[in-house]
Amino acid sequence: MHLQLSREINSVRSVKESEDTQQQIIRETFHLVSKRDENVCNFLEGGLLIGGSDNKLIYRHYATLYFVFCVDSSESELGILDLIQVFVETLDKCFENVCELDLIFHVDKVHNILAEMVMGGMVLETNMNEIVTQIDAQNKLEKSEAGLAGAPARAVSAVKNMNLPEIPRNINIGDISIKVPNLPTFK
Amino acid sequence: MSDVVERTLSALPGLLGQHDPGAGPGGAGGPGRVSASSRLGSLIRSITALTSKHEEEKLIQQELTSLKATVSAPSTTLRLMKECMVRLIYCEMLGYESSFGYIHAIKLAQQGNLLEKRVGYLAVSLFLHENHELLLLLVNTVVKDLQSTNLVEVCMALTVVSQIFPREMIPAVLPLIEDKLQHSKEIIRRKAVQALYKFYLIAPNQVQHIHDKFRKALCDRDAGVMAASLHIYLQMIKENSSGYKDLTGSFVTILKQVVGGKLSADFNYHSVPAPWLQIQLLRILGLLGKDDPRTSELMYDVLDESLRRAEINHNITYAILFECVQTIYTIHPKSELLEKAAKCIGKFVLSPKINLKYLGLKALTYVIQQDPNLALQHQMTIIECLDHPDPIIKRETLELLYRITNGQNVIVIVQKMLDYLKEGQEEYAIISLVGKIAELWFIQTMNAVFSVGGDVVHSDIPNNFLRLLAEGFDDEKEDHQLRVYAVQSYLALLEEEDKLYPQKFLQVMSWVLGEYFSLVTDVDPEVILTKLHSLLKKTFVTSETKAWIMAAVTKIASHTSCSKTVDEIIQELSSSLDTCLRQYAFELKHLCEDKALMKSLLPFDASCSDLVVDASLSFLDGFVAEGLAHGAAPYKPHHQRQEEKLSQEKALNFEPYGLSFASSVSSSGVTGRQSPTGLSFGSDISGNSAETGHKETNTLKLEGVRKLWGKEGYLPKKENKTGKENEPQAVPCGSLLAGQVGEAPALRPEQGASLSEEDKEKQQLASTLFIGLGASAGVSLMGKADTATQKFKRKSKITETQQLSEEASDFQNSAASNFDPLLDTVPDNVEDSEGSVHTGLRKGSPSSSDTVEDNLAFETPQSLRKSVLDDRISANRLSQSSLFADSNIEIFQPSSSAQCESASETPLVPSLPEELEELPHSEVVGLCQSDALALHLCKVWTDDSLLLIVFVSNKTTAALHAVNLILESATSHFPVIEAQSVEHCQKCVRMNKVCTQAILPASVSYQSEMETCLEFSVTLSLMDFIRPMEMTTEDFGKLWLSLSNDVKQNIKMSPCQDSLSAALDTLQQKLKLHRVDVIGNEGILACQLLPSVPCLLHCRTHSGMLALWFRSPCAALPDGLLYQCQKVMEES
Repeated sequence: MHLQLSREINSVRSVKESEDTQQQIIRETFHLVSKRDENVCNFLEGGLLIGGSDNKLIYRHYATLYFVFCVDSSESELGILDLIQVFVETLDKCFENVCELDLIFHVDKVHNILAEMVMGGMVLETNMNEIVTQIDAQNKLEKSEAGLAGAPARAVSAVKNMNLPEIPRNINIGDISIKVPNLPTFK
Repeated sequence: MSDVVERTLSALPGLLGQHDPGAGPGGAGGPGRVSASSRLGSLIRSITALTSKHEEEKLIQQELTSLKATVSAPSTTLRLMKECMVRLIYCEMLGYESSFGYIHAIKLAQQGNLLEKRVGYLAVSLFLHENHELLLLLVNTVVKDLQSTNLVEVCMALTVVSQIFPREMIPAVLPLIEDKLQHSKEIIRRKAVQALYKFYLIAPNQVQHIHDKFRKALCDRDAGVMAASLHIYLQMIKENSSGYKDLTGSFVTILKQVVGGKLSADFNYHSVPAPWLQIQLLRILGLLGKDDPRTSELMYDVLDESLRRAEINHNITYAILFECVQTIYTIHPKSELLEKAAKCIGKFVLSPKINLKYLGLKALTYVIQQDPNLALQHQMTIIECLDHPDPIIKRETLELLYRITNGQNVIVIVQKMLDYLKEGQEEYAIISLVGKIAELWFIQTMNAVFSVGGDVVHSDIPNNFLRLLAEGFDDEKEDHQLRVYAVQSYLALLEEEDKLYPQKFLQVMSWVLGEYFSLVTDVDPEVILTKLHSLLKKTFVTSETKAWIMAAVTKIASHTSCSKTVDEIIQELSSSLDTCLRQYAFELKHLCEDKALMKSLLPFDASCSDLVVDASLSFLDGFVAEGLAHGAAPYKPHHQRQEEKLSQEKALNFEPYGLSFASSVSSSGVTGRQSPTGLSFGSDISGNSAETGHKETNTLKLEGVRKLWGKEGYLPKKENKTGKENEPQAVPCGSLLAGQVGEAPALRPEQGASLSEEDKEKQQLASTLFIGLGASAGVSLMGKADTATQKFKRKSKITETQQLSEEASDFQNSAASNFDPLLDTVPDNVEDSEGSVHTGLRKGSPSSSDTVEDNLAFETPQSLRKSVLDDRISANRLSQSSLFADSNIEIFQPSSSAQCESASETPLVPSLPEELEELPHSEVVGLCQSDALALHLCKVWTDDSLLLIVFVSNKTTAALHAVNLILESATSHFPVIEAQSVEHCQKCVRMNKVCTQAILPASVSYQSEMETCLEFSVTLSLMDFIRPMEMTTEDFGKLWLSLSNDVKQNIKMSPCQDSLSAALDTLQQKLKLHRVDVIGNEGILACQLLPSVPCLLHCRTHSGMLALWFRSPCAALPDGLLYQCQKVMEES
């Protein structure tokens, strides 16, 4: 639960905040979230620490883990709630039956997965298959590179310069034709 | 913190043995990886074993020391460094600083291979903040990686840029990232857009030149890139919506396509197409359409569509619904949509799911200003939410109440808020709520009272006010909040240079500013002094007020070292003609010379602590005696006055605070003593100040006050206020949502008898809380509003057979006029191609023969028999009656003998001519009536058209002359209608543009004693024009392939019709669809829109859902039919 908290809060962290504040936010958030019953709503309105009434904590409780997102008013509450679900399902796919231990021992991986979904504080991708494909492709590349550790330098650079395999995104755009009628000509 | 860790990890040791973390699929990597994990593992294990925070600290410090040694050793390999970084991240997460590792994280990002680089970047983004100086060292790495040919490296660089990047270095990477917008991989384009969004946030000026590129991203062929660009647009439109109005059409188109399921199934989440994208688009539309009728016009259709599509009960569809509702209420209102949105809000509020309830309350809070009646409908739910166990729900409810506060319910609402406060929730809630209470009731009301009441306000009122402010509540924070708010509000008021405020108000202001200026830290005292100085120069300020201002200046001066303004004031006033002011100036001057004395004389916030009061007021005895001798009123104890006031002025009830000052202020004499001037200066000064001898002034003023502002005086003002509030509310009550108000039957007072005690209590609470919200003020309000609107509801349903009163026809007219715009849009659309989505009923006029067969003909029943129509009708009679044989539509088919009987008894109940009687038709319903005549309508569904039969019956005993019936644009003329007789005319109508419902305006005029004209309207539904279409399965297949416009939707089947055949039966019976074939769990149906537009429907059942797939050459028809299908499936 730590990492989620710290990660999310990290992304809302305003310009200059000491580590202390960050820890305080995490503590406060945990305090707030952990004492909530099961049958209450999943939204918590902002405390002073997370920046006032514009900000909200949206959390989901999975067994011993809390996934807490801190969002401002430009996000939809229910939307974020489902985003957490997508996140957890993605973790489950990437780790194959995810458990707390995976999250603790592979903090970095969890962060990477999250970064594929939420980038710079904005939701980037919500399509689970797409996220998993990206992560898998990266893992593969990294693995192959690591396996080449002892290989001659030229071989390594060859692998390095190899492009990502074509990811079958399967976006059959088909009928969609987004036209911007008033698009000025590009100079 | 440690106990958090302990709790998480206490469950783990047992698992640790069996689960080798390095072996998991996540634990990719070489042999080094295993050792890294095991080191992290042993660290975690040992932390888990600890019992105290202190031990944890020791252990981590040890770990950090060893890490420090490792990372700074030159022999450390990058791989080892990577594993050190992971441990450092863990330590940082626990709250221990590891700044020694930051530089190594940057190095790792620079030098490592992909995996190491990734960890390095991650560590950097976790360790550093945006302004960290080390971040500059990262820029080079980022630039290098952006230029890399390896996609993963580019992705990493873009990710880190969007997370954390120094603002001043943007120019270094901007061109590189711009290039990435043209990259062939969509993931790169997407991330580039996101990085640019980040730049837009931190330095909007630097990305100004690439706005065109954002547009290009918006129409990127990859939907993901387009979605990413929406973030930017949302932000830009939030800041300046007028600059992007031209994009409205594009956003609408995108949303339409998304909603219509044109995106690939990959984007679906629980079979909802791209919900997050929809949410984003709806938000953007809301911002664009705000206060802009023209732009809003463009989005009505798609909003309606979104509302309709979001029917399945999954969480995410509620998210979309909520956004829809919010958008509908944000943009320029359209009554139909508002009605639907209001229903949606109802769904939220009444939902047993607590998250939805919360959002429902939020939505109510949002719409309450536009539509207070909605709150009335849900008042019982709101009352229940007030006692909800979840404090968040409770708070949201209070927020809602806060918005509907008015003069009449302020006391109850503030009481509720105080109750909540007493339960002692977290600090933030308290502060915000207290702010609201203060704002709501105290300062705002008082400000209003002061500025309106002006100088005739009873001088007790400002004094009491100031005392309350000074003594405050029991809670320090609340007091602080309140005072800060007061200072801020006064500063804001004084901001308006030339505004004239009453003297009393100025006095209050200057006292508050003098006493509490230092609480507001972001305002320079010099600014306040300047403001006070300018006040001093104003001619309208009386010398009494100037004395108050001077006192404030003195207090402020005592807390600032040296101020030019103070010197100026001293200089100016030293030569003042007003001796009193001169005195102040001199005092101030002397005090300024001796700061120490000044400080001790004027301690901060000592307004109620430093006074040693001679409680018996013996020194005033002589004064009192003198006063009494001059006829002043005898002294009344404070509580007595309070009670009197209470009985006089409901709005200025000080009760909630009564205790606090009753206990601390023992006598009224303090009122005088507590004046700002009297505080610290001798009695010689107070002789001139505001409230010396306040007994005399009081008595003097009281005479005037009583007349103007006494019991009778305050009330008119109140009423004005509420009156104003009510005016705009009356409108929506009448036209928009009236229908629903009537559906809150639990609230009708007359039902109170059958309710339990508790419910009664709740009702009472409701009536006190929601007082003043409805169309008319007063306690009986709800009952009244209910009945009135219910009446309206009934009347607006024209199809119901009700005897209509005069009043009713008024209502009806208003209903018709509501829909006028619908028809008005029609001429514009006539040129539109057949497939246009815009729908409307084309106006039929005899001149345009291609549109509607507009043969409105006046024929006597006899002549009808010979009419051309007749042949056609009778020819088709057989097939039709068989088609409709088992339909649920009530068919009015009295036997001919019964008809005769009824005709002889009540000649005025019109009945269809025999030859039409055979055809499927609706009931004869009343349209409208007056004293003289009544109009009835019957719809006859012939094979190829809809016949409207209008009956005109003369109720009087004399013949009516020159009756003109105008239905839409055609007129039929009856020269005379005999007494007690019925005439009828018929009109054939066709729908040329598809719409779910249309209203034909009509009127009838006749000559009795004078020319009278009645207006009414006829409601037509799409189903009036739908006929079954017979075809073979083969034909169906051929036709299906040739049709292009398709619409798909899943709808839930109710348990009772849980089979395909049951569902098909429903559709066949209620919608007149022809069942072509059924194969397995699939069925095909066909129908046509008159005259001959086919629409094919393919149904499939799977797990309780019915998947409907429509195809038709006309784009709007499937939508309309889908809507009807949903309706009948819900109903059945």
